[in-house]
Amino acid sequence: MKRHAFAVGLVAIAFLLGGPVGGQGKPNVVTTTEDLAAIAREVGGDRVAVDFIARGYQDPHFVEAKPSFILKLQRADLLVVVGRELEVGWLPPLVQQSRNARIQPGADGYLDASVNARILDIPQGQITRAMGDVHPLGNPHYWLDPENGKVIAQAIAGKLSQLRPADKPYFDQRLTDFTTRLSEAEKRWLAAMAPYKGFKVVTYHRSFPNFADRFSLDVIGYVEPRPGIPPSPSHTLELIQEMRRQQVKIILMEPYFDQKTPKSIASQTGGQLLVMPPSVGGEKTIVDYFKLFDYNIDLLVKALKQAGTKPAADH
Amino acid sequence: MRASRSRTFALFIGVSLTGISLAAGQTPRQDSATAQAIRQEMEQLRKDFEARLAALESRLVAMGGGQVTAPAQAPAQPTAEVPQGAAGAGGPSGALPVYGNVSAASKIFNPDVAVIGNFLGASGKNEVKPEPVLQMPESEVSLQAIVDPYARADFFLAFGEQGVDLEEGFVTFPTLPGGLLARVGKFRSAFGRINASHSHQIPWIDRPLVTGNLVGGEEGLSDAGLSVARLIPNPWVFLEATGQVFRGDVNDIFVSNRRSDLSYVGRLRGYQDITESTNLDLGVSYSYGHNGSGLTEGADLTTGLYGIDATIRWRPLQRSIYRSFIGRSEVIWSRREQPNGRQDATGLFVSGDYQLGRRWFTGVRFDRSDRADDASLRDTGGSWTLTYWPSEFSQIRGQLRRTTYAEGPTATELLFQFMFNIGAHGAHPF
Repeated sequence: MKRHAFAVGLVAIAFLLGGPVGGQGKPNVVTTTEDLAAIAREVGGDRVAVDFIARGYQDPHFVEAKPSFILKLQRADLLVVVGRELEVGWLPPLVQQSRNARIQPGADGYLDASVNARILDIPQGQITRAMGDVHPLGNPHYWLDPENGKVIAQAIAGKLSQLRPADKPYFDQRLTDFTTRLSEAEKRWLAAMAPYKGFKVVTYHRSFPNFADRFSLDVIGYVEPRPGIPPSPSHTLELIQEMRRQQVKIILMEPYFDQKTPKSIASQTGGQLLVMPPSVGGEKTIVDYFKLFDYNIDLLVKALKQAGTKPAADH
Repeated sequence: MRASRSRTFALFIGVSLTGISLAAGQTPRQDSATAQAIRQEMEQLRKDFEARLAALESRLVAMGGGQVTAPAQAPAQPTAEVPQGAAGAGGPSGALPVYGNVSAASKIFNPDVAVIGNFLGASGKNEVKPEPVLQMPESEVSLQAIVDPYARADFFLAFGEQGVDLEEGFVTFPTLPGGLLARVGKFRSAFGRINASHSHQIPWIDRPLVTGNLVGGEEGLSDAGLSVARLIPNPWVFLEATGQVFRGDVNDIFVSNRRSDLSYVGRLRGYQDITESTNLDLGVSYSYGHNGSGLTEGADLTTGLYGIDATIRWRPLQRSIYRSFIGRSEVIWSRREQPNGRQDATGLFVSGDYQLGRRWFTGVRFDRSDRADDASLRDTGGSWTLTYWPSEFSQIRGQLRRTTYAEGPTATELLFQFMFNIGAHGAHPF
């Protein structure tokens, strides 16, 4: 009996050590991805502390639910998620173990950034896993459209103003400033891409529908036979034939996939493989939301020029 | 669509008729009675139409297609304010969902349901613990949902070939004041790391010998009880303390003859990121309960279990879906009082699992364990595994296992496993 009383005592002491963390001051904003963190920084400025979970160069579908993230979430006043089931494989146990009532789904400190965004690829009719790892609520890579960036910023500004009503004018002013700068940049990006309107590309995973839609690229196929399923020989052959038939010369891929198959497809079709980071932090130089598009548009335009591509006249 | 179009048409006709009947309002009585009847019919039609439209809309929202008119993440769901005082007590604040509203979308409150099938095959010879050549030992059915703003519930039912067993069934309160995470129900105890894991989470087909010999048999420690866990704030590491109280009945290891024969588990877990891709997880565990060995003599004898576990993980973030390594080890000491004296048994396993490619994994495991009721008997073993994932939702695994039992015989077996998952199985804690 003594021994277990001792053990119970030890546990009890451990429980009593230290009080709950928290306090006033700058609100702690934790986002699931670096993209959302970048936008939160634009809106929150120096009046919020922003942290994130998944790095820009890792696959946001597969993040390890490390206990160190629990500590980040425990201190959070606002949790901003990409939503559309992007984080379904790792976020729920983290939130549950965070012991933080403020950021539980449905609470004031929980923001699904996709709520007002323009979402593509929402499956119609019955969906099964025979289609691969489909997202039943639509494609979660929606931040790759600057227009959605504005919507996300608006949602974050709204939440921040709700958390710190006194700073509302500050957040509003920063939101306006961000939106204006983004609109200007978007004009520049659209102008750079304008000569290549309707240009046909192939992507690895379905990460770029919003990007392709905004900048008028025509995605005719994917290296993955189905979302989340690695390339198979038969699908790769079909894709090569289709690319040859349609004269597709550009393959876009995310940095975290294996380049072997896309490289071989590129060499067999005489095309180019572009590693396009889909997120802020995907490359060292991509330090904010603007740089994400600067980098990718620059990469694309250079490749298109290098390929000696003539602007598509028949579109 | 056709149905709704014909409804629209009917409504249009109806509205026109209503107009006509209104225009004919000054005509004789029977006409006005007819108009009244038509009006009632129209009213009925309109209500019917509205109800169908509302049902269609909510279905659209539930399917995620309603982003144009309403956000798909927030299905048309009425909300209420949190009662005064609840927010301050660590509960949520702001708007709460209201349950029980009549709507075609009510199915969205059904729990997430998933089934994990586990098919096993065994070849080779094992005289001590023979397993059938082919079997479907357990299919895990999980039902998981949020109960209310304060709790969530998880049920894991194990459907064997012979019957059904409640593997786990518990409610978790994630938002208690004081940073506590509480759990009530039947669940796997927090003794060590492997014990709390379901069979589809572990990197082998079987459980290590030490689990079988010292920690409650093949199924491990799982019992009805309460659990409270708390993070211990400190500037250096993630530190979590867990205290659990159980009824005290687990296979042969703990036996409860009186209500006071409870069993207890205490665990302290520390975790630290060493680099971005490498992390270390360490834990010490203690468990205590009564064993039934002195029942015939009328003696109240107890068992104490002590455990140390270590897990090191390496997973380069950028290549994380292709390369990873996990090293695991647990050492367990059992102090079991018996009428013939105390048995001090020790057991351990050490394993390493390496990811070869996106869908291929391999691993080795070394096992050694004394028997709890006779520490002079020691079993040893070694295993090599190869795993292939056709997709995230299925897994094929082979395990070459060699076990030398204390009685003398050595068993060399090739085990085979096919696992498959349907439905929405919630993510497990790390």
